[in-house]
Amino acid sequence: MMLSPALDLFPLLAAILAAVCCALLGNFLVLRRISLMGDAMSHSVLPGLVIAFLITGSRSAPVMFVGAALAGIATVVLVELIKRLGRVEPGAAMGVVFSVLFALGVLLIERAARNTELDADCVLHGQLESLVWDGPSSWSALGLSEVIQAAPPSIWTLVITCVLAILLVVVLFKELRLAAFDPAFGTSQGFSATALHYVLMVFVAGATVAAFEAVGSILVIAMLIVPASIARLLTDRLASQIMVSVVAAIAAAVSGYIGSFAIPDALGVTEVNAAGSMTVVLGLILVAAAALGPRYGVLASIVRRGRMARRIALDNLLASVFRAEERGRSVSAAVRSSTLARARRRGFVKPDAVELTETGRAAAAAVVRRHRMWESYLVDEAGLAQDHVHAPAEQLEHLMDTTPNESTGRDPHGRPIPGTSSD
Amino acid sequence: MSTTGSQPGLVREAVEVLTFQAGYNTNAVLAGSAMLGLAAGVVGVLALLRRRSLVADAIGHATLPGVVAAFLVAVALGGTGRSLPVLLLGAAINGMAAVGCIFAILRYTRLREDAAIGIVLGVFFGVGVVMLSYVQDPANTGGASPAGLHHFIYGQTAAMRAGDAMFMAVLAVVAVAVVLTLFKELALGAFNADFARVLGYHVGVLDAIVLGLIVLVTVAGLQAVGLILVVALLVIPPVTARLWTDRLVPLVFIAGVVGLCTGFVGAAVSAVLPRTPAGSVIVLCGGAVFVLSLLVAPRHGAIATAGRRIAQRLRIAGDHFLEAAYEHRVSRRGETAIPQRTVDAMQRLWGWPVWMRPLVLGGLQRRGLMRRTEAGFELTEPGIASGARIARNHRLWEQYLLRYADIAPGHVDWSTDMVEHVLSPELVAELEAALADGGSENT
Repeated sequence: MMLSPALDLFPLLAAILAAVCCALLGNFLVLRRISLMGDAMSHSVLPGLVIAFLITGSRSAPVMFVGAALAGIATVVLVELIKRLGRVEPGAAMGVVFSVLFALGVLLIERAARNTELDADCVLHGQLESLVWDGPSSWSALGLSEVIQAAPPSIWTLVITCVLAILLVVVLFKELRLAAFDPAFGTSQGFSATALHYVLMVFVAGATVAAFEAVGSILVIAMLIVPASIARLLTDRLASQIMVSVVAAIAAAVSGYIGSFAIPDALGVTEVNAAGSMTVVLGLILVAAAALGPRYGVLASIVRRGRMARRIALDNLLASVFRAEERGRSVSAAVRSSTLARARRRGFVKPDAVELTETGRAAAAAVVRRHRMWESYLVDEAGLAQDHVHAPAEQLEHLMDTTPNESTGRDPHGRPIPGTSSD
Repeated sequence: MSTTGSQPGLVREAVEVLTFQAGYNTNAVLAGSAMLGLAAGVVGVLALLRRRSLVADAIGHATLPGVVAAFLVAVALGGTGRSLPVLLLGAAINGMAAVGCIFAILRYTRLREDAAIGIVLGVFFGVGVVMLSYVQDPANTGGASPAGLHHFIYGQTAAMRAGDAMFMAVLAVVAVAVVLTLFKELALGAFNADFARVLGYHVGVLDAIVLGLIVLVTVAGLQAVGLILVVALLVIPPVTARLWTDRLVPLVFIAGVVGLCTGFVGAAVSAVLPRTPAGSVIVLCGGAVFVLSLLVAPRHGAIATAGRRIAQRLRIAGDHFLEAAYEHRVSRRGETAIPQRTVDAMQRLWGWPVWMRPLVLGGLQRRGLMRRTEAGFELTEPGIASGARIARNHRLWEQYLLRYADIAPGHVDWSTDMVEHVLSPELVAELEAALADGGSENT
């Protein structure tokens, strides 16, 4: 199925813009561990919108924006107040504030704003599909000036919000970063972390209201939190985290939008809600990032752990053959194991018998040396009893590359430490 | 159920509703909402103490795909998809899945709890929205109508039947019974999970019980208040109760009562007034009780806190005044009169707001420490003694801070000013003795 400008240009544009500005701001919510402020905000702007609408009778962008921003500030102030007076955790304080405000919004819509264009369902679910345009049906016939002229007001709101969000992040990058990681230090550096918090919250409220038409207010939560979380699983640097989150958000917006009709079309059913599809895609990307992330991914840590387990098994094998040879015993040639096979492949053990080669002996000596030196250290320096040091030394010998320096040449059990006395 | 009539009609109807005389169905709704509020209030205390309040929000939002999935399964198996138990079962299963996902994110990724809750909430709800849009097309559901599914988003108390009210009552009994039976264990787990673990309790099992109760209440609340607002039932009563008490037993009791009352009153208001969705009204009733408590609660309310703070400030200002007057008297060799302009100077020095001056001076006069004279004021005998005591405390503190706390001489005055007012006489005596001992040793 092809995209046509008339049907898809503005919805797609709206989805991308909403995704980008939410993702940008979401980074700071996730880092400051106030992700749920996005949740609270997206619920509590509802009464702001309704009251602004009831007072002015208009649904124009500036009116809605002011209503939402005031509701957003009220949310932050109320949460702070309840946290302080009620001595409850921030989560519960947010829960009280946003649920009461949302209930107020729903009641106001039912009582006063019924039969108007404002209804709770559209605020909740988003109406991307309503942004259709009576324009050309092929992309080649599309002119830039034509697009600008035809762009509906909600697109312009999104463009402005998006530009402002980008400006905020670029201009105040240093301050936002400091406030995200160490607000107290930021305050001591001469800018108020509290003021910055309020600025950020106003932007989140603004982004919420700009985006609710495109993705719906509940899904704004996903747009705020999930891209930044995805990026957090993939990178450690703030600048690259922001980049990754924006890329993930755009990818989810585009593929979610196209997928919402392309996949049902292929299956022969009617198309599904586009905004919902975008969050589904975001969820899938998050699962993929959690599973496949290079450093923090589940798969990566399984691989790392497996590699470590194999290394420890090899170390232990070499060390026990070394100890057997040290005592003049031989190891039964009938031993079979994958670790032994690996030791043979790497030339540590002779192919025909369970005996160490020259390289194998050097490697084994290094392991045994680390083990015995750790035992000496634990007895001499850490004051452990002689019969208690084997188990901890057995762990430390694999985990530590550096070994304690001083050596008496003999371990606490009287065995020589390889590589010291013989040198 | 209600007709907008004249004012007396409305009052009569309100009385009828509140006294269970407005018909069988209305009674069922009232009883069901009250029982639900009770159960949610009691369970909410445990959620609050375990810092799990917003997990309930994620569970609530995450039930949407469960409801729709249950509808689709029921239709596929040949039903109408309208059976409430089936839909609620789907919701419960998905609520559990949401809890599982939150814990999986916390266990396997570096993301924090807030992000985990937000992710599960947003993504599950997104899946729900997609599925809801899918079932809108009759072709996808074999002609079964999904009408009513979206009542789960905002709730529809009016649809509550006697059977549902019974279910809520059973739920409330179960919740209260579980909390009473496991009170000791749950309290320990809530306040000090590590200690509970050391004592040999299975904290995981206790947590699972609490989460299970949260899921149960959330699912039960779907029908009444809807999945967005169900979190309010679990959060508002305990947070309100928290303002009134610091002890666990009263906390559970008050939270239960607040939940019960707001559920009942909210449902009643919604039954009497037209076009008032019960879910919102119940939540707003809870909000009103909360705001009221926030203002008037005796210990932690805003008014009490502000009153205590003002009293403390006045007491400190009075102490300052007495001390200064005493020093003034000493430096003037027994001159007891305090002229008006000295009082002005003191007021400027300490930056008293205009309203404070009469209160401070009046308070001192009422306590018989000072009296008014022609030229200004004068300390009485007890006033002089009191001023001497304060001045001596101040000196003692300066000494102590210089000697034991290694504070620079230039900083001592400021620090003593703050602490001398908060010490009990016993502590001052103790310090004095300690200082005397230390002094004799040093000399």
